[in-house]
Amino acid sequence: MVGTSVAPTPLLKDELDIVIPTIRNLDFLEMWRPFFQPYHLIIVQDGDPSRVIKVPEGFDYELYNRNDINRILGPKASCISFKDSACRCFGYMVSKKKYIYTIDDDCFVAKDPSGKDINALEQHIKNLLCPATPFFFNTLYDPYRDGADFVRGYPFSLREGAPTAVSHGLWLNIPDYDAPTQLVKPRERNTRYVDAVLTIPKGTLFPMCGMNLAFDRELIGPAMYFGLMGDGQPIGRYDDMWAGWCTKVICDHLGLGVKTGLPYIWHSKASNPFVNLKKEYKGIYWQEELIPFFQSATLPKDCTTVQNCYIELSKQVKAKLGKVDEYFIKLADAMVTWIEAWDELNSTSDIPKGPAK
Amino acid sequence: MSQANIMDNEVDIVIGALHSDLTIFMNEWRPVFSRFHLIIVKDPDLTGEIQIPEGFNVDVYTRSDIDRVVGSSTSILFSGYSCRYFGYLMSQKKYVISIDDDCIPAKDNEGSLVDIVVQHITNLTTPATPFFFNTLYDPYRKGADFVRGYPFSLREGVTCALSCGLWLNLADYDAPTQALKPELRNSRYVDAVLTVPVRAMLPLSGINIAFDRELVGPALIPALKLAGEGKFRWETMEDIWSGMCVKVISDHMGLGVKSGLPYVWRNERGNAIESLKKEWEGVKLMEEVVPFFQAVRLPQSAVTAEDCVVELAKIVKEQLGQSYPMFVRAAEAMVEWIKVWKAVRSG
Repeated sequence: MVGTSVAPTPLLKDELDIVIPTIRNLDFLEMWRPFFQPYHLIIVQDGDPSRVIKVPEGFDYELYNRNDINRILGPKASCISFKDSACRCFGYMVSKKKYIYTIDDDCFVAKDPSGKDINALEQHIKNLLCPATPFFFNTLYDPYRDGADFVRGYPFSLREGAPTAVSHGLWLNIPDYDAPTQLVKPRERNTRYVDAVLTIPKGTLFPMCGMNLAFDRELIGPAMYFGLMGDGQPIGRYDDMWAGWCTKVICDHLGLGVKTGLPYIWHSKASNPFVNLKKEYKGIYWQEELIPFFQSATLPKDCTTVQNCYIELSKQVKAKLGKVDEYFIKLADAMVTWIEAWDELNSTSDIPKGPAK
Repeated sequence: MSQANIMDNEVDIVIGALHSDLTIFMNEWRPVFSRFHLIIVKDPDLTGEIQIPEGFNVDVYTRSDIDRVVGSSTSILFSGYSCRYFGYLMSQKKYVISIDDDCIPAKDNEGSLVDIVVQHITNLTTPATPFFFNTLYDPYRKGADFVRGYPFSLREGVTCALSCGLWLNLADYDAPTQALKPELRNSRYVDAVLTVPVRAMLPLSGINIAFDRELVGPALIPALKLAGEGKFRWETMEDIWSGMCVKVISDHMGLGVKSGLPYVWRNERGNAIESLKKEWEGVKLMEEVVPFFQAVRLPQSAVTAEDCVVELAKIVKEQLGQSYPMFVRAAEAMVEWIKVWKAVRSG
């Protein structure tokens, strides 16, 4: 019996940043220490900038509060949300790395069915480093996983796959339900460990959750704008959804893949469903217009960069969704501001923009 | 564990017999199958009597039955693995479950025997969600639901027409893959059922499937035979072709296709390298059909599965038939199949 030797997953410690939005504290990092310590952290502190957020000893990090965001972006800071974890996308913008992993501060290390701690970051890296298969569904899920392959009937011409731009992980314990579902099923917990990674087919949309998410910043970064949420905005808890729909449309256009499934993290905190309902309320109605919009959105062939695609999408948002609510006109403008800020911060010239430590 | 409310008289189990001695097979499946009516169709090319143990409610069909019902010129449709389609034709039940005769029941992660009938029927009797992907997979499963961001207007789902199961041990790999990795065995039990989204194509494996015969029976078609087709799964494409057709038709009719649980345990059979040596005109030609199926659109006027197959056959003949005679034959077989289907229904 030939033993299979699997090459170890590269650490990528100099190529990946971990972006964490927080308004409270970073105690959760202690549990992640064995897996996160090699990496550089970008902490985006939401809320009151005069509050001091303590980062546990031994982590290499940069921390940005609202004052830093305002200082670095100037008037363009208007596109970054305040009093909402959507502010995390500022971290994506200032990162200099190829890959981003973002995680919420109420997410902990989960255990797999054998009782072993799950190194979520390692799985995300595996997902990002091997191809996705958006053009044809493989019934045995990820064909590149150890112990799997393409099934009979899978076109040979499609077996090279497409580059993976996004790795969307899942959650055990508190599932990511909307407020109405939370109200109806307050005790439901996700206890089902589904041992699969799969590619979401081209042309199919999904709800992207930002709690346990990794992406290739070079491939898709500018599309990961988490919108206008929180203070002064009519909506909340749709930041990651918005980014996910834009990202998927652009990935489909550019021939990039989006994976979902492993890894699992342990989600410990159930947010207040009544607070959530207030935040989501408008979104529940608006969603019904947003989905047909994204499902039918097409991008012209000459949009070949993520930024061009995103600007084009913002024009369509303004033209078609502006009638739903003037919020979308503001959002379309913010999408443009975001790209302008992204390009400014990520041009080749050296602009000093260090955070206050 | 919740049991699906299965009406025993709503289900047929259809087995295409490519071996004559089904004693071990039937005994392995006895705990799962004995409640139901079975249809066993003997491969017309198989010699020797079919052997089945006692205690089953079963009808066996052989070459002479096939010739009698469809005429000997049409019976060519039903040779080899395609003999099972004759069973679909003969069935009068709402749901059909069909597996290959080299599979036995699998065990789940807890060590319990997987009852494929309960799982397939659950899949077929709960809605599918083809228009938007739910990241927690089947939202109707106990302990799961739609996630935040899933549009409310899409939460009713649509009727599920087809349930595609999977395989532990010997997975359904093609011959090149199995020849390259002879030790490769599937030991990963993935505890999920999911809907294959609208417009996404998948390779349908006939090894372990179930479907709503009343809705899409006519759309599972014994039309594509490879020139060198033999008696091993590695050498067939009939189910792959059938699967492309039924997915396009299900998408058109607003029905859903699920994939995932249940698993069967599939045993060793044949030699992948031997199968590799055969001429595979068909496998190369399949590469041509993928863009075709991804782009094909059926006219609004095609409302039933029968209409859809006839329309699809026209388009296959016009577009694929131009370049490849094999597809002209496939299109003709599709039309022939619908004629036979209608004749049997009305007779």
